[in-house]
Amino acid sequence: MMAQGLISAVYIAASILFILSLSGLSHQESARRGNLFGIAGMAIAICATLLASTPTSYALVLGVMAVGGATGSTLAARVEMTAMPQLVAILHSFVGLAAVLVGFGSFLDPATKFEGAEKVVHDVEVFLGVLIGAVTFTGSVAAFGKLQGILHSRPLMLPGRHLINLAIGLACIWLGVLFVGADSSMSALWPLLIMTGLAFVFGLHMVLAIGGADMPVVISMLNSYSGWAAAATGFMLANDLLIVTGALVGSSGAILSYIMCRAMNRRFLSVILGGFGGETSTSGGASIEGEAVAVSVDETVQLLSEAKSVVIVPGYGMAVAHAQHPVSELVKSLKDRGVETRFAIHPVAGRMPGHMNVLLAEARVPYDVVLEMDEINSDLPDTDVVLVIGANDIVNPAAQDEPNSPIAGMPVLEVWKAQTTIILKRSMATGYAGVDNPLFYRDNSRMLFGDAKESISAVLSAL
Amino acid sequence: MIIGVPAERAPDEKRVALSPSSAAGAIKLGFTVNVQAGAGIAAGFSDREYQEHGAEVIDSVHEVYQTSDVILKIRPPLTPDTETQDEDEFSLLRSGQTLVSLIGPGQNPDLLNALAQRGVTTLAMDAVPRISRAQKLDTLSSMANVAGYRAVVEAATHFGRFFTGQVTAAGKVPPAKVLVIGAGVAGLAAIGAATAMGAIVRAFDTRPEVKEQVESMGAEFLMLEFEEEGSGEGGYAKVMSEAFIAAEMKLFEEQARDVDIIITTALIPGKPAPKLILADTARLMRPGSVVVDLAAEQGGNCELTRPGEVVTEDGITVIGFTDLTSRMAAQSSQLYGNNVVHLLTELCPDKDGEIQINLKDEVIRGLTVVHLNEVLWPPPAPRLSAAPAPAQSSATEQQKAANEKENETKKTKSASAFGSVLALAVVLGLILGVGAFAPKSFMGHFTVFVLSVFVGWQVIWNVTPALHTPLMSVTNAISGIIVVGALVQMSSGSGVVVALAAVALFVASINIFGGFWVTQRMLRMFRKES
Repeated sequence: MMAQGLISAVYIAASILFILSLSGLSHQESARRGNLFGIAGMAIAICATLLASTPTSYALVLGVMAVGGATGSTLAARVEMTAMPQLVAILHSFVGLAAVLVGFGSFLDPATKFEGAEKVVHDVEVFLGVLIGAVTFTGSVAAFGKLQGILHSRPLMLPGRHLINLAIGLACIWLGVLFVGADSSMSALWPLLIMTGLAFVFGLHMVLAIGGADMPVVISMLNSYSGWAAAATGFMLANDLLIVTGALVGSSGAILSYIMCRAMNRRFLSVILGGFGGETSTSGGASIEGEAVAVSVDETVQLLSEAKSVVIVPGYGMAVAHAQHPVSELVKSLKDRGVETRFAIHPVAGRMPGHMNVLLAEARVPYDVVLEMDEINSDLPDTDVVLVIGANDIVNPAAQDEPNSPIAGMPVLEVWKAQTTIILKRSMATGYAGVDNPLFYRDNSRMLFGDAKESISAVLSAL
Repeated sequence: MIIGVPAERAPDEKRVALSPSSAAGAIKLGFTVNVQAGAGIAAGFSDREYQEHGAEVIDSVHEVYQTSDVILKIRPPLTPDTETQDEDEFSLLRSGQTLVSLIGPGQNPDLLNALAQRGVTTLAMDAVPRISRAQKLDTLSSMANVAGYRAVVEAATHFGRFFTGQVTAAGKVPPAKVLVIGAGVAGLAAIGAATAMGAIVRAFDTRPEVKEQVESMGAEFLMLEFEEEGSGEGGYAKVMSEAFIAAEMKLFEEQARDVDIIITTALIPGKPAPKLILADTARLMRPGSVVVDLAAEQGGNCELTRPGEVVTEDGITVIGFTDLTSRMAAQSSQLYGNNVVHLLTELCPDKDGEIQINLKDEVIRGLTVVHLNEVLWPPPAPRLSAAPAPAQSSATEQQKAANEKENETKKTKSASAFGSVLALAVVLGLILGVGAFAPKSFMGHFTVFVLSVFVGWQVIWNVTPALHTPLMSVTNAISGIIVVGALVQMSSGSGVVVALAAVALFVASINIFGGFWVTQRMLRMFRKES
């Protein structure tokens, strides 16, 4: 047994370590140390809790943790970097599930007895914790399904879907009143169970209604929810460490959602309400004149070898084609020729925030040549050649030029200001937003059709 | 369809209408390409090379003309009355054939009529409209580019000194000074070649808007202190007033005393070349100086020029070659061939080896000078880019749009400011409300919660966007702290609670180990350039 004061002290230390862990991520140099802080914080928190409480069987606790840890480690060691969004989504769902289970545990535990206002507060905490946990759980499972390709990425448009959501919300409030007002724990169990089922449905439905293009927002949002679920559990158990950690994670996810929404010029609420990024028929804005000029591999090689500065704009299409390794080789070979080569990353390139950076890092691209949109946009007019690989909406000039375009106002990489822009694409199909791209028809744009990996490999071998 | 490439019969013509690589381009479009044996020899392309690129080599010129649906040539077809019977090309053409060639439709009305009579659809490569979409077909630009380059090479050959300045052990060599008159495609190519060789280059043009292009090529743009706009239709120059010409002449006299080489490229469409370097002006140059006159075919910009010849007068060499492009036959043939393949691509949008002459297309209409039995020259005037009046109105419209946008952003800004004030008030109200009713123990936790949100908000904004994915995985890991709750419940007396807690413990452990591990794995990949 440890003294209560000592445990609190350890929890404070763990909280500080977690904060240090997150602040370590502000630079690549300090990031690994930050992760180690996080591990240390987690280790001391678990040890202190184990020493302080008296589980019925240490063997059971350690056994379960060992199996869970082994499962997690195997997942983490094997996952492909392109599948990171799926892994993150499924990990969110685990937090949600744990919150639901701990909530039920706290409700059923005969040891927790409160009276008066404290009981009301505790009941509300349990109810909210389970609610948020349940929404996070099924929402994340749905997001996982979409990312993994098990579910279709098109938004599910049920008739009267806003009405359904509203009905579920009202029902949950009503069940909450029943739950708090119930006189015995048996009569309170039913509202809690029904609410859990409804919350499961709600989480599923909410994510299914959101289109593939909004996936970065969905993932960040679920990240945030998993944090709030942990914080709610902390309130329920009167545990400050859980509250602190949950609040940190919750605000982190909220910030990421905000950044993603801003990068797409979308309002958070309209993303959550869903329905965007599935239609392919939207063609608002002026009609496009001119024709796209195709370019051959040889001509691309010539353009690249004559360039002094090259900027590569990768999109998720690059990852789909597994082209990041040849691209990395290409960058190396261009650098050896003295060509200044850099990457331009749009915040929503990829399926989750920062996804493109990880994919490039995996392909051994040094991070100091990988720049953010705001850092590189001003350099683009002085760039000789821009290579757009598997990206579309994030380089669409219509976002700036055509007020009627569905993506109007979205910040984009101004690649058309460069001397020449080469766009690697399979066909003339539109991007996720379903918007035609006038970039392809600009005088200084050239289209290199075909599979990105094969094209880049061909360019590389010709160089 | 079969494309025939006969050898050029005009004397001293070394070029060929299709290089082997362009032949491959035409074959890709579905055409069959028949090349007359030896057609490319003078330009440095062997018959074997054509065969390697998929073309057929045919010995007889008659067979080439007879079997082909499309004939590709460089020079206008020689007619029986202008040349000896043996060199006649015109009579080899047959009705229903399509001829792609340089024609000079403005200068050769008789040829156009004869072609129409014979029913030979004729596409003139020198009648491509000057619009940006048609640039890839523009042979005049391609050929002018070659001629400009070659002009410098010819000048260097006849100039007895270095172009570049040098400081050698034997003494200092000053750089050559080159004046380029007319900064069109040829002039700019000449400027590029001469600066690349190290000369000091100056350029003059009546159109002030080319100043920037000249300077971007590394030459000095000579300004005339005179107010007159020299831009004519379609980006060409026009005839200038007398006073302007007088001022211009004075400038050339001054320059002639100073420079070593003058390259003139001044042409006005449909007019004889303006005489810019009078005989007296040329004689002001130092002995050993060189004048290259690219306008020799239209009579020359220099009074001393004799078309097709090199003359030396008072030690000054005047080069009047009219076949500069043919003197770089390999390069010109390649560029001409590329232009032709681009034209074939336009004519054959389905890539099925069949050409369609779509007269509704502005570009194709422009260069089709004879269609079946009808002369279509001259074409209707091309729609020009940016006439001043509509430009102005569109500018005001843009201004208006910009103003509206600004107003809108102002509106949204004030709206969002109002929104955030409102949100803050709501949050404060909620906190107060909670504080009024909640028990004291709850308020302690609530304080911790609000402060943590605040700390998180401050810390996360500092995270570099490049690390957002590791941020998510590490937050995944630390939200596994929910394991603490499960651990506490593991000591419960109730079997159900322990079972629930065990499952929670399991999934939370996956989170902790998986999250931290994958974060570490990702962060190890980030490396700096060594």
